[in-house]
Amino acid sequence: MNTGNFIKITYREAIKQGIREALQKDENIFLMGEDVGHYGGAFAVSKGLLQEFGSERIMDVPLSESGFVGAGIGAALSGMRPIVEIMTVNFSLLAMDQIANNAATLLHMSGGQFNVPLVIRMGCGIGRQLAAQHSHSWEPLFAHIAGLKVLAAGTHEDARGMLLTALDDPDPVIIFEYTFLLNKEAEIPTTAGAVDITKAKVLRQGTDISIISYGACIHKALDAAKELATAGINAEVIDLRILRPIDDSTILTSVKKTNKVLLVEDAWASLNVSSEISARIMENAFYELDLPVQRLSGVEVPIPYPKHLEDAALPQTSDIINQVKKMLQYG
Amino acid sequence: MIVMDQETEIQILTASDRDRGLQLLYQMKLIRRFEEKSAELYSKEKIRGFLHLYVGEEAVAVGVIQNLTADDNLLSTYREHGHALARGINPGSIMAEMYGKVQGCSRGRGGSMHLFDAATKFYGGNAIVAGHLAMAVGMALASKKQKKNNITCCFFGEGAAAEGEFHEAMNLAALWSVPVLFVCENNLYAMGTAIRYSHSVVEIEKKGPAYGIETEAVDGMNVLSVQKAAKLAIEKVRTAGKPFLLVCNTYRFRAHSMFDAELYRDKSEVEEWKKKDPISQLQNLMSNQDIISLKDIDEINEKIESEVLKAVEFAEKGTWEPVEDLKKFVYSEARI
Ligand SMILES: Cc1ncc(C[n+]2csc(CCOP(=O)(O)OP(=O)(O)O)c2C)c(N)n1
Ligand SMILES: [Mg+2]
Repeated sequence: MNTGNFIKITYREAIKQGIREALQKDENIFLMGEDVGHYGGAFAVSKGLLQEFGSERIMDVPLSESGFVGAGIGAALSGMRPIVEIMTVNFSLLAMDQIANNAATLLHMSGGQFNVPLVIRMGCGIGRQLAAQHSHSWEPLFAHIAGLKVLAAGTHEDARGMLLTALDDPDPVIIFEYTFLLNKEAEIPTTAGAVDITKAKVLRQGTDISIISYGACIHKALDAAKELATAGINAEVIDLRILRPIDDSTILTSVKKTNKVLLVEDAWASLNVSSEISARIMENAFYELDLPVQRLSGVEVPIPYPKHLEDAALPQTSDIINQVKKMLQYG
Repeated sequence: MIVMDQETEIQILTASDRDRGLQLLYQMKLIRRFEEKSAELYSKEKIRGFLHLYVGEEAVAVGVIQNLTADDNLLSTYREHGHALARGINPGSIMAEMYGKVQGCSRGRGGSMHLFDAATKFYGGNAIVAGHLAMAVGMALASKKQKKNNITCCFFGEGAAAEGEFHEAMNLAALWSVPVLFVCENNLYAMGTAIRYSHSVVEIEKKGPAYGIETEAVDGMNVLSVQKAAKLAIEKVRTAGKPFLLVCNTYRFRAHSMFDAELYRDKSEVEEWKKKDPISQLQNLMSNQDIISLKDIDEINEKIESEVLKAVEFAEKGTWEPVEDLKKFVYSEARI
């Protein structure tokens, strides 16, 4: 649906458009991953692309995460621009050695001779009752690795555009795509394309508190902010977008404005992305704070299958609202 | 014993096979009905998350698991309802698990993909493809070290055989000479990836000998063939204390999971395989040879219907784990 300069599309379609545009632009770009071709993508993201681009450009690979990610690194070293899809982040650990020991280190170990222009996309996110092994929030794990750039596509524009910028990057880039959002519709400019991949983004301006989050969680933060507005609380919402290297300046600017910070993410609390953001705020803006930085994170338990327990294990919109009110000693 | 004439591929039964045959038929039909019910309950949103059905592959679980003893260990994948039922886990506790109720075999924590049951030595319900193969080797290693006579039986798909973990596990099992039976359920697809796109050598049975593992491939649509091959294989594993790879060639009649649009295969292919339906094969064989009557079949069907309804009722009546207990089972309660 085209409404003037905006078009309403699903998150799934946004990702697909990004991949198509990339494939059309550069012959050296190809997509490989489990079930990206004949199946149409585990989440129907690449449906039809095999028919459009052929099996040289859309490569189904066997279950062999370490093997095909390693092959992606090799192809990138030798002049290709692979987009490697790991079906979901839950299977990425099988490829972690290739990512951490090869992709992330080659440039440095070779004294700057060999860079790895590889993009890895993976589905992630929780909240679909898939139980412990399929409900990992491994963003902090990847964000820990020097040598990688780690992006979280929480919005449709980022789902559409992060890939294009990442493909122009000389170094390995990991893009997290949130399966929870796949069917969600949003309007993006008809001209949407490559986006910046260095800065966090203020999604909602506010003055009373900064709610900082990333990925699918930002929608909970936005919903909470909307609700809080009806109670006269003006929350600023920041989408981190880039989990490595972290954009300090957007965060610190916001802290200086609101003097209060609530960090929200699904990942387990100990040593998650919020831990890092909190530390940076302490180091750089301690005296700007009215009260200690607060965090809402995943409860430290493997994610259980039943809905009520899964919900209880993750920060919910209502938790954000309550926490903000508590921090502002409202009512 | 059920006699099988290998040369003509015609299986001849004797009257004394009746009980055995009825039992096999009962188990396969129970799995089939239980899963049809599960699909129904999935559309009613009683069962959530991922649901992978085994319909069409029943002969493999039933044919193999028959031959295990109560002391043997069993590991399976996320497509494990059939294995769990064949192992004798109570259908009610399986259904309750799929509902996410406390009365489920994993207290509702695992759901469809993570059935566990200590009483029957059923170690999952493992949903990271090929992740359980090495664990199976370790369990067999423990049996060897403890001089126990039990074996470990590990089910996985042909897709898993492309993972490095499969190859590592095969090598370790042979190198250490441990009593593990690997059962590869080759249903020709890993999600939507046909075997020709995932294996350079599509005969999975050729991979065992590369590691010095005795291997056999069998018609996985024929429960009698599976049973016979598994019996021999298990005897060998137990007596020689060595690994064995049994490849069961089979087919899944339904989608990979409830989200699969099945764009990757022709309906006609599925229909062709349905002609080899393991349940009708056995049923026809037995009735053609007058081993069972229509009345027998009706009785089985009725018994199964009530068994499945009982399971659903049990799940419906089950209770939810209190939210206060969310953090249970992250660490063992016993402290040193
Ligand atoms: C390591 C890993 N990669 C990918 C997946 C996603 N996935 C789940 S089942 C499956 C196909 C497995 O095929 P196969 O081993 O043949 O077993 P089948 O489902 O056919 O029984 C895939 C790709 C996963 N669960 N684990
Ligand atoms: Mg398979």
